[in-house]
This record gives sequence, structure tokens and C-alpha cells, in this order.
Amino acid sequence: MQLTENSVGRKLLMAVTGALLLGFVIVHLLGNSSVFLGPDGINSYAENLHNLGPIVWVFRLVMLGLIVVHIWFGVSLTLENSAATPIGYASQEYRRATFSSRTMIYTGLALLAFIIYHLLHFTVQITDVEFAARQNMDAINRPDVFGMVVNGFKQTFTTVLYVVAMIVLFLHLSHGVQSILQTVGLSNDKSLPVVTLAGKGLAFVLLLGYISIPILIIAGIVKI
Amino acid sequence: MNLTLNVWRQNGAGDKGRMEQYQAKNVSPDSSFLEMLDEVNEELIREGKEPIAFDHDCREGICGMCSQVINGKPHGGQDRTTVCQLHMRSFKDGDAIFIEPWRAKAFPVLRDLAVDRNALDRIMEAGGYTSCHTGGVADGNALLIGKPEADYAMDAAECIGCGACVAGCLNSSAMLFTSAKVAQLATLPQGKVEAAKRVKSMTAELKAQGFGNCTNHYECQASCPKGIDVKFIATLNREYIKALVK
Ligand code: HEM
Ligand code: FES
Repeated sequence: MQLTENSVGRKLLMAVTGALLLGFVIVHLLGNSSVFLGPDGINSYAENLHNLGPIVWVFRLVMLGLIVVHIWFGVSLTLENSAATPIGYASQEYRRATFSSRTMIYTGLALLAFIIYHLLHFTVQITDVEFAARQNMDAINRPDVFGMVVNGFKQTFTTVLYVVAMIVLFLHLSHGVQSILQTVGLSNDKSLPVVTLAGKGLAFVLLLGYISIPILIIAGIVKI
Repeated sequence: MNLTLNVWRQNGAGDKGRMEQYQAKNVSPDSSFLEMLDEVNEELIREGKEPIAFDHDCREGICGMCSQVINGKPHGGQDRTTVCQLHMRSFKDGDAIFIEPWRAKAFPVLRDLAVDRNALDRIMEAGGYTSCHTGGVADGNALLIGKPEADYAMDAAECIGCGACVAGCLNSSAMLFTSAKVAQLATLPQGKVEAAKRVKSMTAELKAQGFGNCTNHYECQASCPKGIDVKFIATLNREYIKALVK
């Protein structure tokens, strides 16, 4: 098939799946920020999501599909690219390539590891068996997501891990956002510098937004 | 000025190759980089040694034949300058200089600094032309082409096909080269006819020749002696999407 065989076609699949994952990351942060509204905010948000029933599962399958495609082509493009460059230079100097552009595969794989940990932590809840067993409900008998999140981030280790993971996401997106526009053919010499800066800005805002949750919890500002 | 050169020596395609050190003495700051190598070679010949093989032809920055990575930068890294146009005044007395061939699986080393760049010709053969009959030389302005389109195509046509974009690319991708050809032809009326077919077959050939995939590092633009812009890669991507839905 043209898309999956061709060098540009596969890049397009990377860019489109990357863009949809970016969309998810933005929406997910907006949803998470309901934790700042206290137990009522995030618990009713979670309850509403769960009441969507089968749609939740359709959504989860789509997300899984996106990640599988993104990783599959990310890994195969990287392997082909290193096969195309069997010998490096004795002296090497980069002028346009950045730290984040050169580390996409590492930040990507670290994100994969984080996604797995994150799902185990909050969705399947096996990292905190004791908590899962208690089946905590809030005052009006909804699953107490607020309590779970606040308790989860009380451990320094967990907080540090999340903060590090979000820095990794920042690096991945610092290159990724402008790369999407270039790959789908929506950039030119005038827009590229602007989009590159805006992409880094967006990545930084996402970083601040995400880490504010565990940091405010561990600082005791958001508490039960 | 006196310089220490670390040069890649490789005795043919089968040889493993190694870096060797040479002293370039009494180099005139006004000589070009290739003239400096000519003098080193004269000295090697006098000593009965094998001179350093390197590609060159016009020595005026238009043929795209010269091809050396100097201190990790294709063509030495001076803005919009080929090796043949690089002058020794941009180095300092006592400098140690690394000289290596274009590195890419698609560009096998023939000898020392000379590599086989036929893979770029294979990409051209895959569609870097128009197959319609254009007749004799047309009257000026018989075929109306807007000034912005003409300029855009001309900027892409500045590519001299030297392969520095591949040499500078972290993935050894020939995307900047291919995109310059695709963008130039897709902008002009004669080339538009076959635009969809062209972008598909040229990008397919890119992979068949063992070039890597573009991951938007943009190192190619920094390496290009003609300053070809990566906006042409975005144009190629756009042409590819158009071809997909066609
Ligand atoms: C799950 C593990 C992940 C892996 C292994 C991975 C791997 C990669 C790799 C190797 C690239 C570079 C492709 C290229 O340079 O052309 C890339 C690009 C990208 N990734 Fe990921 N990634 C992962 C997760 C994510 C996530 C969660 C997001 C969303 C926030 C994301 C967003 C992007 C974007 C926007 C690009 C740029 C697409 C383009 O080059 O046009 N990735 N990814
Ligand atoms: S020798 Fe012709 S461009 Fe350098």
C-alpha cells in the first residue's frame, strides 16, 4: 500500500497519529485540571466519562490503535535510518538538528514505558493494591478518583516519576509539533520559525499544566 | 600557514579505510581548499606516494562535483559555499582539519574522498523530467508563468545535485534533493501534468536506493551550498498528499 510502503507515506502516518495523540494530551490535561475543583470536580468528571459506557471502550481502542501505529512506524523509520547511515563522521557538528530532534526514539520509548506505568497506576490500580481493594467511594457513592489521585501523589517517588515523564513529553513535543506541520506540508520558510517557537511554547504549557497537579498535591496545597 | 590534515584514505571499495595525517606547509591564505589539497598531492607524488583522490570539476561552485566533509560539515560549513569556493583564509595557522567523504549507505566510497553518487541519478530517472514534447525554443512569454511561480521554481532549480544534503543528514536521506526537483517541476505548467506520478515514483526510488527517511532535522538546509530551503520538502509532502487523493 502506498501509505505504509512509501517513505513520505509512513512519515505522514507518524505525523497524523502524533497530532491525534497531541490532541489527546491537551484534552486529558483539561479533564485532569478538574482536580483543582476538589473531589466534586474530578469525581463527577470521571463518573460522566464512565457513564458513556461502550463509547469509552471505542475511545480506548482508537487510542491503542494510534499508539501502535505511531510506535510501529517510529521504530521502523528509526531502524531504517540507522541502516542508511552505517558510518558516522570522525568529527561531527550539528547546526539545525536539536537535542529533542535527535532523541525522538528515546523520548518516545520512555513515553511508552510511562503510559504503561500510568495505566497500571490509575486505571488498573495494581501499583496500589491496598487502595484498589478498599474500593473507596466518595460521600455520594461515586468512585473516589480525587482521593486516589491525592493519595497517589503523596509519595515523593511517584511525583518525581511523573515530573520526569512530563519533561520527556516536553522534549518529544518540542520537536514533534513543528514536525507535524512540516510533514503534512503546511509550512514554509516564513511560518517554520514561528511554528517551531509556538510548538515549544505549547509543549512547555503542557509541561507546567501536568506537573502542577502532583506538585501542588505534594506541597499540601491540594489535599483531602 | 601550516596545517595538520586528518584525511580519510581508502584504497578502493573493498578496503576498510582509515584516517591518515598529513602536514600542509606554507599554505597561501588566498588558495582555495582544493588548491591546498593539490599542493599536498604534489608533495605526495614527489615522495612516491599515492595522492589523495577527491572529486572536482568546475571549481567555480556550479557543477556539484566537489564533495568533502570538513570538520564534520559538508563543504566545510561556510554559508552557501562549495568546497571549491572555500578559501584557506577561513582557517587559522596551526589548525587541525578533518577531511572525510560523504557518508551514506547509498554513496559507497570509490576511493579516499570520492564517492559514487549515481543513486541521485536513479532518483532523477524515476521522474525528474517532463515527458511531454515542448517543441523548439518557445517565444519568451508565450507560456505565461507568474513571477512568484517562476522565482519559486528557480530557487528550487538552484540545486546542483552535489549530495551535501545527504551527507549532512542524520538519516542519510535525499529528501532535500528530491524535493527541489519535485517542487521545481510541480510549480511549472509543463511539469504539473505528471506531478502526481512523479512524486510517488521519485520518493519510492529514494527508499529503493537505500537513502533514509526524513525526520525534519533540517540539517540538509544548513549543509546545502546553494541554501535550498526545507520549504521544498513541505511542498513535496503536499504534492504527495495531493497524489494520494488523486
Ligand atoms: C508511545 C510511545 C511513543 C513512541 C515510541 C514515539 C516515537 C516517536 C518517534 C520516533 C518520532 C519521530 C518520527 C519522526 O521524527 O519523523 C515521533 C514523532 C512524534 N511523536 Fe511520538 N512517540 C510516542 C508517543 C508519543 C505521544 C504520547 C505523543 C503525543 C503527545 C507523540 C507525539 C509525536 C509527534 C507530534 C511527533 C512528530 C510527528 C512528525 O514527525 O511529523 N508521540 N514519535
Ligand atoms: S568543483 Fe564544481 S562545484 Fe565545486
